[in-house]
Amino acid sequence: MTTLEALPVTSTIPARTPKRRRGGSTSHKTLGDWAILGVAILIGLLIAVPFFLILINSFKSPADYNSSGPLSLPTGLYFDGMINFWERVNFPEKLWNSFFISSVVAVLAVGVSLLNAYALGIGRVRGRTWIVLLILLANMLPQEVLLYPLYFMFKLVGLYDNQWAVIIIFVVIQSAFGTYLLASVLGTFPKEILEAASLDGANRWTILWKVVYPITKPTLSVLLIFFFIWTWNEFLIPLTFLVSNAAQTVPVSIAVLQGDRLMDVTTTSASALLGLLPTLIFFLIFQRTLTRGITAGAVK
Amino acid sequence: MTTASISDAPVDAPRGSQQPARQSLIPGSNPNKFWIYLVPGLALLTLIIIVPLVWNIYLTFTDYRGIKPPEWVGLENWVKLAGDSVFWTSFSNSIAMILAMVVVPTLLGLVLAAMLFDLIGKKFGGKLASFLRATYYLPQILPAVIAAIVIGWILRPQNGALNEVLTGMGLGGLAHNWLGNPNTALPSIMVIMIWVQLGYPIVIFMAALQRVDPELYEAAELDGANWLQRFTAITVSIIRPEIFVVTLTCTIAALKVFGPIYTLTGGGPGTSTIVPAYYAYSEFFQSQQVGYGATIATALTIVIAAVSVVFLLAQTRLERKEEAI
Repeated sequence: MTTLEALPVTSTIPARTPKRRRGGSTSHKTLGDWAILGVAILIGLLIAVPFFLILINSFKSPADYNSSGPLSLPTGLYFDGMINFWERVNFPEKLWNSFFISSVVAVLAVGVSLLNAYALGIGRVRGRTWIVLLILLANMLPQEVLLYPLYFMFKLVGLYDNQWAVIIIFVVIQSAFGTYLLASVLGTFPKEILEAASLDGANRWTILWKVVYPITKPTLSVLLIFFFIWTWNEFLIPLTFLVSNAAQTVPVSIAVLQGDRLMDVTTTSASALLGLLPTLIFFLIFQRTLTRGITAGAVK
Repeated sequence: MTTASISDAPVDAPRGSQQPARQSLIPGSNPNKFWIYLVPGLALLTLIIIVPLVWNIYLTFTDYRGIKPPEWVGLENWVKLAGDSVFWTSFSNSIAMILAMVVVPTLLGLVLAAMLFDLIGKKFGGKLASFLRATYYLPQILPAVIAAIVIGWILRPQNGALNEVLTGMGLGGLAHNWLGNPNTALPSIMVIMIWVQLGYPIVIFMAALQRVDPELYEAAELDGANWLQRFTAITVSIIRPEIFVVTLTCTIAALKVFGPIYTLTGGGPGTSTIVPAYYAYSEFFQSQQVGYGATIATALTIVIAAVSVVFLLAQTRLERKEEAI
């Protein structure tokens, strides 16, 4: 295979590589490099345009918006849209609800994914392809299939309109993705490390916590971030299972307000800004983790 | 069939040559002892997914309006489905969604990730590369509901931002109701979905690229391989597991896409942007035809499951092939 053709080459020229390294990969930049950088920045700008529009229109007064349209910069800073929205939906409460649901889901789903993937990727239980497939059903099923049956089931056990209902559902859905990804990654886990651990007399549970868990931590943090953001952004299931206003999440509270006649464009924009800020901040804080990689194979 | 070979595998394994796949990665640990780790996951899965799924399959054979108990009608819903042109339209729109949510983002994402990692990261510094990556990822962190508000407002016919820009550039003739016109509604949704999806493959591929040994690249470079050759021979083959994961998860997402359609067009105008998940939803909750809605949703699930099976089998086969080498 392609990998094989390339691999032996490395061993034949180790002497020459250090010199090239020092030669400085950062030094010479050709015109082509600058052109590619230009293209990359242009794509970035195009992607960011809608965010820029949210930002400038959140601080306009409705009169300002009506006279100069969506594209101009605000003539003065106007915070009423934001304050208006903040008070109308009791934003801190919604923020806490979203935060609570998303973090609990992220942590529990990562845990379930790790346990599943340990059995599938490292334990290699019989029929693992089919088990992965069965678990992936959680991801494959269109969510509206779940609404009627789960509504009856949660009513039965008294969890309807309870945040734990939403938490349980998303732990299952998110861990399906996590199991699939982690099982693929753990399938390539360096065998030597496991051999060494088992020679030292570690049992399966110890190997999981003392060997596999620390080494897969970078991948687990990526999953944690994904799960948090994905759960935060969910709409249909929170809308259906959290009927009382006090239990609602940020996206649901924003969507519910949309039909409202009293919402002018700038208040809508302000609500969009407030709605995306938490995940944006979360992402910026943790984005460094994403660079650390998604693979257990990173042990060199 | 491909399915047969896998399920037969355990039977002929002892005499066959597939020994390595039968053992756990921990020497001396029997794979069967790992079952206990699957218990919490599978128990939750059964409650939340399997039970509703089975219930739903049962509903496909009934007439159920959500109030009176379901009434058994046999295959009536399935027959109706086969002749339902709206259903088939919704599936052909799914192909457009696969193009916009899988094909374009994966290919473009692969190139952009390699570009950021390989060129911009190395020549202009890692800071700039992570900044650009974060920018590309922005739409992914935007809740669909909020994305829909902003997009709807950029594309709307009266003083929407896009039409304003077009008019400003002297292209006022092109300005029109993007989502309200049957000819441009689907292409507009496709562009939006590319915008939404692109960041996901980029982040995953860039993380995977960390695994590529730079010496491998330098060696290939010395051997005279150009960037494209290095890209296809080294990058793509090393990050293949991630390519599989991205392609499969995006395909599933494309087939069951719901949020953007629900918030942006409601399937309209007419049926021009209808997708199976939205069609099922509207039968479930707007027409109260729960039995028929369940049939659409089940058909969709079958298609998604079939695609996933083909995918996972191909992936397992490739992994085994690699192990054999």
